[in-house]
Amino acid sequence: MTKIPAISLRRLSKSFGDLDVLGVMDLDVGRGEFVSILGPSGCGKSTLLSILSGIEEATTGEITIHGAPLNQSGQPFAWMPQNDALLPWRTVVDNVGLGYQVAGRLSKRAARDQARLLLPAFGLEEFSRALPYQLSGGMRQRVALARTIAQGRDMLLLDEPFGALDAITRTELQLWLEQIWGVDRPTVILITHDVREAVLLSDRIYVFSDRPAQIVAEFEVPLDRPRTIEMLAGAQATQLELDLLRALHVGSGDTP
Amino acid sequence: MTIAEGGFRQPLNRVVAPLLMIGVFVGAWEIYARNSSIGDTVLPPFSRVAQAGWADRQSLVANTLPTLREVLVGFVISVIFAFLISILLDVSPRANRAVMPLLIGSQTIPLVVLAPLFVIWFGFGFFPKILLVTLVTFFPIVVGLIDGYASSERDSVTLLRTMGAGTLTVFGLVRLPSAMPGFFTGLRIGITYAVVAAIFAEYAGAVNGLGVYIQGASGSFRTDLVLAGVLVAATLTLVLYALTVLVQRLAIPWYTQSREVSQ
Repeated sequence: MTKIPAISLRRLSKSFGDLDVLGVMDLDVGRGEFVSILGPSGCGKSTLLSILSGIEEATTGEITIHGAPLNQSGQPFAWMPQNDALLPWRTVVDNVGLGYQVAGRLSKRAARDQARLLLPAFGLEEFSRALPYQLSGGMRQRVALARTIAQGRDMLLLDEPFGALDAITRTELQLWLEQIWGVDRPTVILITHDVREAVLLSDRIYVFSDRPAQIVAEFEVPLDRPRTIEMLAGAQATQLELDLLRALHVGSGDTP
Repeated sequence: MTIAEGGFRQPLNRVVAPLLMIGVFVGAWEIYARNSSIGDTVLPPFSRVAQAGWADRQSLVANTLPTLREVLVGFVISVIFAFLISILLDVSPRANRAVMPLLIGSQTIPLVVLAPLFVIWFGFGFFPKILLVTLVTFFPIVVGLIDGYASSERDSVTLLRTMGAGTLTVFGLVRLPSAMPGFFTGLRIGITYAVVAAIFAEYAGAVNGLGVYIQGASGSFRTDLVLAGVLVAATLTLVLYALTVLVQRLAIPWYTQSREVSQ
C-alpha cells in the first residue's frame, strides 16, 4: 500500500513517571477505515486516544496525520469519552449543538439550528428538549455520538461508547452505528473490550496486550458491508472471534 | 414508595407540614406562658405579643423597611463580590492560597466586636450596616461557588478542550453552570445570616431599623414588643429564604428536577 495513511503512529510510547502505559508501537489507519483496538480493561487503550486528541503528550515517537505531524494538523479528531459527558443543564439539542458551538465556533442559536437538523438521523427528534437525566443510557450515548459528529471533524475517536449499556441496547446501537458510519464513512478508531463489537463494526482490528500495551496481533475483518447481525453467525466471523479471543488471552499473559 | 412518602411530596403538604410545626410551637408557648407563674415582663404569651405588635404596627413597619433595605443592598453587593472573588480564586491557585486565609480570618471576628467598630469608623448611617451584611454573607457564597467550580466533570472539561475551547469558554460553558447548585446552597446559608447581621449593626448604633426597635423596647421592659420585633425578623428571614429557593427552582430546573427524580 503506497497511499499515505490517515493516521500513522511510529515508535510511539507513553509513560506516566515510572509507569509504562503504552509500549513502543507502530500503528496505521487508512482514510475512511474503521479500526478497532481490542484489549483487556485498563491496558492503556484510552491513553492512546488521549494522546491523539491532544489531552496527553506521547513520551516518545511521532504521529502523522495524512503525512503531516499531528501538531501541525489543527484538531483533526472528534473525541467521544467513555462517560458520555453530557452537560446536565443542556437539553438534547443543545448538548448536540455543543459540537457546532465550540468546535464550529457558531453562536448558541445557530448551533441549535444545525443540531436540530442532525437529530432525526439519531432518532432523537422527539427528545430534542429533554434534559439528560430524563434519558436512558442508550439515548444518552446517541446524544453523545451526535455531539461527536457535530464537531465536523473527519476522524472519530470512540472510547468504549457502548461499554456501560445492557446487551440488547448495545447490539441495537452497534447496528445503528454501522448504518450511520456507512453514510459518510469517516475514519474511526474504536476502543473496545467487546470481541463481537469489534468484529461487527471494524475493517481491521488491533489486539493490545496488558499494560504496558503492545500490539500482539492484527486482523482484517473479511465481512462485507453493510454488516448484519446474521454475519456474526457465519464461519468467517466465528473463526475470527476465536482468533481474537486467543490473541487476547496470550496478550493478557495467562496460559490456557 | 409508600403512600405517605408520595403524599408529602405534594405542594399542599409541603406547606401544611411546616405550618403545623409552627402551630404546635406557638400553641406550646401560649399554654406555658399562661399557666406558669412567669410574669408577662419575662415571657408574655404569644397572643399578647401579637396584640402588642399589631397595635404598634406603624412603628414596626417603619423600622422593618430600613432593615430590609440594608439586607437587600448588602446581599446584592455580597453576591457580586462573591462572584468576583471566586473567579479570581478559581483562575489563580496562587491567589487562592494567598487570599483564602484572609477570608477565613475575616469570619472569625465576632460581630459583637465588629459592629461597634464599624460605628466608630463609619458612623450611624447606612454604610456600616451594608458592610456588615456583606461581610457576614459573602463567605458561604464564595465557598459554595469555589466548591461548585471544582465539581465540574473532568470529562466535560477535557471534551471542550479537545474541541478547541479556551479557558474562558470552558469556564462559561462548564465550570460556571456546574457551580450553580453550590452557589445556591451558599446563597441560602448567606440569607439566613443577613437579617441577624443587619440587626446587629443597628444595635451598635443606628437611627432606625428593627435593631433599634428591639433595643428601645428592651430598654423600656416591653418584652412583648421585643418578641414582636423578633417575630418580624424571623418572618423576614423565612420569606427571603423562600425567595432564594424559588429563584433556584427557576434558575437551575435541571438540578432541582433531577434530584427530585432520584430521591
